[in-house]
Amino acid sequence: MDAAAVIETENLTKLYGHQTAVDRLTLTVGEGEIFGFLGPNGAGKTTTLLMLLGLTEPTAGRVRVMGLDPARDPIRVKSRVGYLQENMGFYADLDARQMLRFVAELNGIAGRQAEERIAAALEAVGLAEEGRKKIAAFSRGMRQRLGIAELLIKDARLAFLDEPTLGLDPDATVRIMEMIMGLARERGMTIVLSSHQLNQVQKICDRVGIMIKGRMVAQGPMDQLAREKFGVGPEEFSLEEVYMKYFLEA
Amino acid sequence: MAALTAICKKELADHFSSYRFVILFALIAMVSLISAYMVGVQIREAQGQLKPKFVFLMLFTEPGAMFSLVQFVAFFGPLVGLILGFDSINRERNEGTLSKLLAQPIFRDAVINGKFLAGLVLISVMMGSILMVITGLGLALVGIVPGAEEIWRVLIYLVVSVVYIAFWLGVAILFSIVFRSTATSALAALAVWIFFSFFVTIGIGILAGALAGSPSSDPLVAQQKAEILRAAALVSPMELYSDATAAIIDPMRKSTRTRLTAGPLEAISMTRFSGPLPLGQSILIVMPYLISLVAITAICFAVSYTVFMRQEIRSL
Repeated sequence: MDAAAVIETENLTKLYGHQTAVDRLTLTVGEGEIFGFLGPNGAGKTTTLLMLLGLTEPTAGRVRVMGLDPARDPIRVKSRVGYLQENMGFYADLDARQMLRFVAELNGIAGRQAEERIAAALEAVGLAEEGRKKIAAFSRGMRQRLGIAELLIKDARLAFLDEPTLGLDPDATVRIMEMIMGLARERGMTIVLSSHQLNQVQKICDRVGIMIKGRMVAQGPMDQLAREKFGVGPEEFSLEEVYMKYFLEA
Repeated sequence: MAALTAICKKELADHFSSYRFVILFALIAMVSLISAYMVGVQIREAQGQLKPKFVFLMLFTEPGAMFSLVQFVAFFGPLVGLILGFDSINRERNEGTLSKLLAQPIFRDAVINGKFLAGLVLISVMMGSILMVITGLGLALVGIVPGAEEIWRVLIYLVVSVVYIAFWLGVAILFSIVFRSTATSALAALAVWIFFSFFVTIGIGILAGALAGSPSSDPLVAQQKAEILRAAALVSPMELYSDATAAIIDPMRKSTRTRLTAGPLEAISMTRFSGPLPLGQSILIVMPYLISLVAITAICFAVSYTVFMRQEIRSL
C-alpha cells in the first residue's frame, strides 16, 4: 500500500472472561480504501470495530486510528470516525432532520452550518423529501441511507459500516453499495465494511479480510486470495468460493 | 459542553412530549389543587375565630382533605423522580441508540449528566408551577397576600423539594444503568421507595423498642428510645426531607427534635418563647438536612459514574 495507513493494529486481542473474542489481529487499512471485513456471525468483527472506535478497551496489542490511540484519545478519534452499527439505533420518535440535527450538535456543529450540512446530506442520500417524516415510518433501506447521511453530517474521514445491507431487498442493497462506493471514490472516505453479501463485497472492495473465530485467516486483494487458494485469478472464482474454502479449513 | 446541552435539550423535548409526564403532572397538579382548596376553605371558615401568623404558609402545611401538600410531596415526590429516570439508560441500550450516542465524540458522563439535568429542569418546572398555582389559589380564595419572608420560605421549600426529588431521579438512573431490563429497574426502584417509605418507619420502631428495653414509665428509657428512633429515621431520605421542610415551611417549629429528645436548654426555649423563628434560624436548622440530601445524591451519582464507565457497550 502506497497510501498512508489510516488503521494500524498489531496483535490486537480482546478477551471476555476466558473467551477470546479477537485473537492477535494485525491489520492495516490505507487511506481511501474500501476494506471488506468478512466472517461468520460471532467471529469478532463487531468487537474489532468497537475497539477501533475506543468504545471497548483492548486486552492487549496496539491500535492506531489516524495516528491516534482510540483507548486514550476516544473523543478525537470519534470526531473523525463514523460508525454505522448493525441495528442502526435511531430515535424513532424524531424525524430525519431532528435526528441529523442531534448528531450535528453532538459533533459540535450548530447554527447555519448545521442546517446547510443537513440539507446537503439529505439531498445526497435521496431523502430530501422525507426530512420531516418520523424515523418510525422509515423502511430499512431508508434508515440505512439516513445512517449514511449522519456520516456526511460529521464529515467522517473513516467509516465503519457494520452489515449495512442486512435485511435489505436486492434493489436497496445495490443502492446502498453504490452510495458507499461514492463515499470512497468521490469524497475520499476510508471505509471498513462488514457484510455477508459476498458478491456485492467483491464488486466494491479493494481488499478483504476474513475473520474466523477471532483470527484473521486471510487478508489482501481479491485476486491474491483467489490465487493463494486456487492458483488462479478471481475471474475464475467468486469471493463466495474463496470464503467457503477458508471457512471450511479453519 | 455542547454535547451536554444537546443531550439535555433532546431529553427535555422527549419528556415534554411523553404521555408519562403529562399523566404524572395532571395527577400531581390535581391532588395539590384539591388539598390547597380544602385548606383555603378551612382557613376562610376559621377567620375571626383565630388569627394565626403566617396564614399563607398554612396553605402548604395544613392537612386539608387528608394530607398537606408537604406530606404529599414527601410521599409521592420520589415516585416522580423514579418514573422520570427508571428507563433512561437501559431503554437506550435496548433500542441500540446508546452505542450510536457513544460513537459520537462525547464523554460518557455527558450522557448521564444530560439526562439528569433534563430531569432536574423538569422537576423544577413541575414543583414551581404547582407552588405558583397554590399561591394564586390562596390569593383568589382567601385573599392572603404573602409577605416577603413567606415567599422566601416557599422558595427554600421549593429548592429542598427539588433536591429531594432529584435524589430519587439519581437512584432511578443508577438502576437503569445496573439493570438491563426496564421492567427490572422499575421494580427495583419501586421496592427501594416502598422500603424507605413504609418499612423503615415500622422497622425503626421495632428496633428502638428492642434496643431500649421493655416499655416502662422510666423517662430515661423513653428518652433513649426516642433518641434511637430519631437517629435511625435519618437513614430514610423521606425523613430527612420531612424534617428539613417542616422547619422551613412552619416558622412555629423551632427544632426538628421532639420535646423528649431536646436538650434542657432547647426544651426551655421551646416552652418559653412561643413566637415564630426568624428565617435565618430556620435555615440554620434545615441546613444539615439539606446537605445530607445533596450528599446522598452525590454518592448515588458517584456509583452511577463508576458503573457506567466500566460497562461494556455492545450493540446487542
